[in-house]
Amino acid sequence: MTDRELLIADAFVELADTLVADFDLVDFLSTVVERAVTLVGAQAGGIMLSDQRGGLEVLASSDHPARLVELFEVQNEEGPCLDAFRTGRAVTRDSPAEMLASWPDFTPRLAEAGFASAQAVPMRLRTEVIGALNVFRAAPGPLSDAEMKLVRALADVATVGILQQRAVSASTLLAEQLQSALHSRVLIEQAKGIIAERAGTDIDRAFTMIRGHARRTGTPLQAVVARVIDGTLRPPLA
Amino acid sequence: MSPPPPSTGRLRTARILAGLAAGGPAGGWPRALVESCRDSTSVSGVALALMGRDGVGGTVAATDGGSHRMEDLQFALGEGPCREATWTGAPVLVPDVRETGPHRWPAFAAAAVDGGVHAVFTFPLQVGTTAIGVLDLYRGSRGALTDEQLLCAGSYADAATAVLLHLQDSDGPRTSAGWDGGSGEDAGPPRRPDLADVVDRRAVVLQAAGMVSVQLDTTPDVALVRLRAHAFTVARPVVGVAADVVARRLRFDDSDAGTSTAPWTPPGDREPPEDSSPHD
Repeated sequence: MTDRELLIADAFVELADTLVADFDLVDFLSTVVERAVTLVGAQAGGIMLSDQRGGLEVLASSDHPARLVELFEVQNEEGPCLDAFRTGRAVTRDSPAEMLASWPDFTPRLAEAGFASAQAVPMRLRTEVIGALNVFRAAPGPLSDAEMKLVRALADVATVGILQQRAVSASTLLAEQLQSALHSRVLIEQAKGIIAERAGTDIDRAFTMIRGHARRTGTPLQAVVARVIDGTLRPPLA
Repeated sequence: MSPPPPSTGRLRTARILAGLAAGGPAGGWPRALVESCRDSTSVSGVALALMGRDGVGGTVAATDGGSHRMEDLQFALGEGPCREATWTGAPVLVPDVRETGPHRWPAFAAAAVDGGVHAVFTFPLQVGTTAIGVLDLYRGSRGALTDEQLLCAGSYADAATAVLLHLQDSDGPRTSAGWDGGSGEDAGPPRRPDLADVVDRRAVVLQAAGMVSVQLDTTPDVALVRLRAHAFTVARPVVGVAADVVARRLRFDDSDAGTSTAPWTPPGDREPPEDSSPHD
């Protein structure tokens, strides 16, 4: 393996470990940015993700100047990250002149922060573009194809991390649904018994009474059941 | 041998899930999982049960009748490693039921040993702090699990959690009593199979607890304890006692005997109970 391949392998192992325990999305994305910056010999970088309203949000930056440049991109709706997000393609320019032509406000702001070139790759989740990864360099000109490929690979890793977080929050929700489904069943069966005993009916009739009351009063079944169990609702269930 | 790297368990869980997914549709995964777990850990039986923190749930899959019985037993008695694992969130490892069981769960230990179960290893299934069930391993001989078997069982427990969540996610919109509001249609759409249906096997006990709570003017939880105590005393299954209550062949009261089998009188013909109603 070349040194670079080793570095890449290390990056993936480190990122995979991050995925396992105590996953924190911002930490994770920051690690991805740091790795991308190191691996392509850039000086700074950042990740933006789409927010709920279809805009972009700066989630991770390697340092403060990079953060300011990224915030400038978002506020002025101009720059490589925005283009990568909008077009779903990797964005690069061959020279400072081309950069200035594409991004007349962004390019001087980038130079002020000490960077002469900027590249961005989109982050994709299936067909949807969910964000973009930026790298900024002091040297002018484009990255090599190999380097762009590498940045793309790291953007994919970042996407996996975001998926992971979605999966974790979804499974907590599912577990809670399952637990509350079980608990609901328990309460409903108990409530049937309570109404059957109080009204002197059988269990099926008791359930019909409970459901009928819920429907007539427009009350959720669970709320009716809770009142049956705490004794505040008794037959006849008018 | 050097200790396995931290990701080994995760990798193993992924392999278990991949094996299940390759084996057939999701409905068969719980059964395939308990069988594969039994074979991989060299125990006699494995059961996968749903269980909330209140200890009520039911078996989703079990390798054989014996494993099923063990879970029924713990529900009937209201004690045992399942409940403890669910409550504490930690595995309960009992390599010798006869030795350690009697102090922790006297009724369960006696019944387990009678049933030929000498070691029990119960793993809680949870997501964060939300308890959803247990994976229970039983063996007919005493002795601890080896480190390798313990790691393996832990990976099966993680896989079981994933399977339950997957089934919860994939069985579609709920139309059962547990889920619809009061606004559902009368006939309603046909119910899909629902994981929470496992509770239905216990429904009669819960209904009886509701009835007994009225008879004794107490909560359904306390009534359930009374039902279990009575079943234990008369050495009958709690489901049978509950069926008698629901059919009104048995009532609970405050007499010395605690119960009555006198013929039932509808409440219209009785003195209305006056009335510790919590209206305030």
